[in-house]
Amino acid sequence: MGAGTAPKPVGRSRGIDVGDLVFEWLCRGAGFVVLLLLGGIIVTLFIGALPAFREFGLGFLTSTDWNPVEGRENYGGAVAIFGTIASAILAIVFAVPVAFGIAFFLTELAPEWLRRPVGTAIELLAAVPSIIYGMWGLFVVVPFVQMYIQLALGDYLTAIPLVGFLFESRFFAGTSLFTAAIVLAIMILPFIAATMRDVFLQVPPVYKESAYGLGATRWEVVKGVVLPYTRISVVGGIMLGLGRALGETMAVTFVIGNANRMPQSLFDPSTTIASIVAMEFPESLMGSLKQSALFALGFLLFVISFLVLAASRYLLRSRLKA
Amino acid sequence: MSSTTFQAEPRGAVRRSSALASRRKIVDLIVKWLCMTATLIGLFFLASIMATLLWRGLASMDWIVLTEEFRPTRYGDENAPKGGLIHAILGSLIQTAIGTAIGTPIGLLVGTYLSEYARGSALGNTLRFVSDVLLSAPSILIGLFIYQLVVLPMGGFSGIAGALALAIIVIPVVVRTTEDMLQLIPNTLREAVIGLGAPKWKMITLVCYKAAASGILTGILLAVARIAGETAPLLLTSFGNNVTSFDLTTAMASLPIAIYQQANSGFPDLIEIAWSGALLITLGVLAINIIARLVLRGRN
Repeated sequence: MGAGTAPKPVGRSRGIDVGDLVFEWLCRGAGFVVLLLLGGIIVTLFIGALPAFREFGLGFLTSTDWNPVEGRENYGGAVAIFGTIASAILAIVFAVPVAFGIAFFLTELAPEWLRRPVGTAIELLAAVPSIIYGMWGLFVVVPFVQMYIQLALGDYLTAIPLVGFLFESRFFAGTSLFTAAIVLAIMILPFIAATMRDVFLQVPPVYKESAYGLGATRWEVVKGVVLPYTRISVVGGIMLGLGRALGETMAVTFVIGNANRMPQSLFDPSTTIASIVAMEFPESLMGSLKQSALFALGFLLFVISFLVLAASRYLLRSRLKA
Repeated sequence: MSSTTFQAEPRGAVRRSSALASRRKIVDLIVKWLCMTATLIGLFFLASIMATLLWRGLASMDWIVLTEEFRPTRYGDENAPKGGLIHAILGSLIQTAIGTAIGTPIGLLVGTYLSEYARGSALGNTLRFVSDVLLSAPSILIGLFIYQLVVLPMGGFSGIAGALALAIIVIPVVVRTTEDMLQLIPNTLREAVIGLGAPKWKMITLVCYKAAASGILTGILLAVARIAGETAPLLLTSFGNNVTSFDLTTAMASLPIAIYQQANSGFPDLIEIAWSGALLITLGVLAINIIARLVLRGRN
């Protein structure tokens, strides 16, 4: 191959080599495969969902029915859609303050020798498979929520004015929207913390040193310099966590209770799109209306998480360029 | 800024600014302790997961778990033989290996395209965006996609469908690390190779890949660690199986699915086996992650 190019200097001056052409198109072809994959996922989900969309129309989004009995089949996605969004947002509420604390600790407070091991340990949290979070959640977090939060604090929580109803539940199994949100929060914690740490580190040291030189405390530096400088990327990191939480399947399936019922309180069991698909899809008949309804939910999940992830990518673009 | 405002009113200024200073110090101290608590909370969760896994997993870990196939519960029959997870371990190894073998070359080529051919081009930016979305997309949807594309036409769940679903998850991980690692290579190196008269594809394959080898290897290892623990897409593609199977056209067991099924079985002895499976998979995944980090650090 090398000998082929050497004796023809004319060919080289035109800068075209057969190997070059092949390799470039190989790379470009692989790129098209990836584009096709994303397109394929959208199209196949939509095709699978079509019978359900035709049958139920827009009512699919608002109906809470889930009736697989033959002849009276009726499916609605409202419970799963609500459960998905509620558990993910609740998880963000739990995770963001802790993630911020970790990022602040790792960038400003911790001594140099401690930063790497602690950072690595937090990153390893992201490597633990979701099924492990599910099992751990079921056997550790669920009993904890049941005994030490729901039973021990339930009466005090329901007595809180205005929001007390959120904690009033007839269900005491411990598997609930609340438990799912806790487990989800732990799972997305490393993603948000790592993004925040990375963007905090990108603040030019001169800015921080100027603030310190004026006598600012570390908290004032973070509040007045670091956060304003990085706020767009911080929101991007939170959106990334949100995108992850929306589509998480196994961990949620273990701890949310899988009840197709609109939750009246945080301690009620519920379901999410991903977990209803995981629970019901393998058992559904090929080509049945139920399968199509599950495809429809999958399509909606794809649309929701695509929008969130795209927003996250857009907000994080300055970080990606750097 | 605040000190100048206080200087404008002379009476009691010193006392008030010192009160302000101590208030600022207290706020700083409180935030500091809150952040340390947050870090401890994060570390506590990792420790709690590992402790639970070691405690419950080691309790039932023995040779039988690693060498025997699935057996029904011994509940109510003490003399029945104990089952194991070998069918799931082998199934996981096969599907992970095939998934990595299919996904890695594609991811490598796409990463190369992004770094070497499409810097700043519209197609490149689109591709980078799509790859990033795939990286974080819900994995169960990839299961639904492969179900529609492979399982339905083949008429049933199959090991190859599971491997294909895993391959799709491998691609964006490898794309991201390959591109990142290739971009770290100084342009002077590329210019030196081109200046010697080498065509671009030789510059990439013989020099750039070699210079970025440890980084690319790290990406592949991270991808393997990621798919070894994937459960959701396999549930809809290879489904799981209770016996050892090397037939890629039929349902195939995998460790995560076996854990999922046995943990939810309700029988204490099967739940114990699920815990040892969980310990196995977590130790494996964390070990690969740590090796990947060491490979990358050894380079620097």
